[in-house]
Amino acid sequence: MERDSVKDQADSYVTEDGRTIGPTVMEMKNITLRFGGVEAIKDISFDIREGEIRAIIGPNGAGKSSMLNVISGFYVPQEGEVWYKGAQRPPMKPYQVAQQGIARTFQNIALFEGMSVLDNVMTGRLTQMKSGLLAQSLWKGKAEREEVENREIAEKVIDFLEIQAIRKTPVARLPYGLKKRVELARALAAEPTILLLDEPMAGMNVEEKEDMSRFILDVNDEFGTTIALIEHDMGVVMDLSDRVVVMDYGRKIGDGSPHDVRNNQEVIDAYLGVAHD
Amino acid sequence: MFYREAGDFSTTYAEDQQTFPIKFDRYRYYVVLFVAIFVIPFMVNDYWVNSLFLPFLIYAIAAIGLNILVGYCGQVSLGTGGFMAVGAYACYKLMTAMPDVSMFIHILLAGVITAAVGALFGLPSLRIKGFYLAVATLAAQFFLVWLFNRVPWFYNYSASGQISAPERDTFGILITGPNTEAWATYMFCLIFTVFSALVARNLTRGSVGRKWMAIRDMDIAAEIIGVNPLRAKLTAFAVSSFFIGISGALFFSIYLGAVEVGEAFGIQKSFLVLFMIIIGGLGSIFGSFAGAAFLVLLPVLLKIVGVDWLGWPTDIVAHLQLVIVGGLIIIFLIAEPHGLAQLWRVAKEKLRLWPFPH
Repeated sequence: MERDSVKDQADSYVTEDGRTIGPTVMEMKNITLRFGGVEAIKDISFDIREGEIRAIIGPNGAGKSSMLNVISGFYVPQEGEVWYKGAQRPPMKPYQVAQQGIARTFQNIALFEGMSVLDNVMTGRLTQMKSGLLAQSLWKGKAEREEVENREIAEKVIDFLEIQAIRKTPVARLPYGLKKRVELARALAAEPTILLLDEPMAGMNVEEKEDMSRFILDVNDEFGTTIALIEHDMGVVMDLSDRVVVMDYGRKIGDGSPHDVRNNQEVIDAYLGVAHD
Repeated sequence: MFYREAGDFSTTYAEDQQTFPIKFDRYRYYVVLFVAIFVIPFMVNDYWVNSLFLPFLIYAIAAIGLNILVGYCGQVSLGTGGFMAVGAYACYKLMTAMPDVSMFIHILLAGVITAAVGALFGLPSLRIKGFYLAVATLAAQFFLVWLFNRVPWFYNYSASGQISAPERDTFGILITGPNTEAWATYMFCLIFTVFSALVARNLTRGSVGRKWMAIRDMDIAAEIIGVNPLRAKLTAFAVSSFFIGISGALFFSIYLGAVEVGEAFGIQKSFLVLFMIIIGGLGSIFGSFAGAAFLVLLPVLLKIVGVDWLGWPTDIVAHLQLVIVGGLIIIFLIAEPHGLAQLWRVAKEKLRLWPFPH
């Protein structure tokens, strides 16, 4: 616990696996979030560094999803500060957070069921599309250009995630595993600075989990996207992540490399249970 | 066999994103347009234009407008009649205040004014959804009709409280008033219908359309990918009202000529247009046309079959029409919520593979 408060402010940082990750891009400082009398998050601080895969783990009800919702602007914490790219972030609406380059996926898939896969991925580009109503109504000038340019980026993401064959299929017809992938594609299409993944592997079988893990690593590798993810599968978390935050009952009980966290007595107690006296 | 994509390759994204990516569809569209512009005007008489073509073209614009709001953006509205009235009265005031300006400008301006009014009544949509929003727009409907009845300025203090369109011409051709030619009014409305369909199609396939559909399908997810919900909903209300205003202006100035607001633009009109898009297909431009055609044609067909051939009394046929429309709406809502447009899509999908479906 002590180690966290003395932050390593160096520009880069070498993990135990020998991966070099960049300077801090987002920092949560003493975040407290209450719903009425319930404290969902109690005085939590941690940072996310550029280019790393940061996992947030903890038992059910630990406040992980609430934490992600604070980052993406759904909840405004009662206390504490969110620092993003070296500046304190004022309270904002979720769409403003998205415009700053933070994309996310949901625990329960939140795709646009009435639209095709391609249109869903294209919605990820909406923050970049600025042509006016008049240009669009005539499909001329900037509107037409913009549509093709953004389609190219969307197609790159579609290629990357290997969903070319279903690009014109309505999302409602897809099986669960593919929907998860399309949701990742939509988030990636925004070319985010930070990608938040809320249980990207929930409800998947082993092969699907392997596929998804590979995609997450590839995204991090090829695009250099910073990823913060919540996951329950410990094997996956330990293999994928560079650093792990552990939460329990809204408190932070561990923060460090997967190896550190695994050997942390408090974390072991939280997961296996311990006799309280 | 005739309808297929084989050999039809898109080599650029622009080609793939056009309105009719399949060649056959494209040619069919050109043929329909050709017939509408170069064949129909030379064949029509007053009866055909007034009982079929004008109401079809004008309701199609209103249906496109309402479809953008309900079908694409998911915001239920029962204020269509009221917004059509805004278009009609705006057009009337403009026509009488500026007699020398072209009718094209008046109709477009009436659309713009309605768009502003529509955006204003769309403000509650940020806070309320579904049934509650429907009730809020219902309030708009009754308020607007009341306003046009009670404030004499809107009907230029005429003794009857009605508004009637003065004679106006465009490029020397009369298009309003009692002495118009059938083909002229038809062409005038056709121009607006084609324009509305093109604009609506362009908007709905572009980024604005995706914003609307994102709000419709899941508003929370829409917000998380960067859609400002207030702006998306208000643009939907404005664009929708723009088209509805145009249709109201045409309905008054070209089709009816004289209007009593409660009768022409009452709550029945709101429901009629809503039925059109439910039967035609929510979230489809083609569906707007199909629904308008269906509900315009149905009474005419019933009259021909029931009254002229079978000799039934007129009132029975009129009631039969209500029964059929009501029944159809129930059937469509249960069996095919996406309406005639979906049937059309399914038929096309089958035709692509026909006659070798495996």
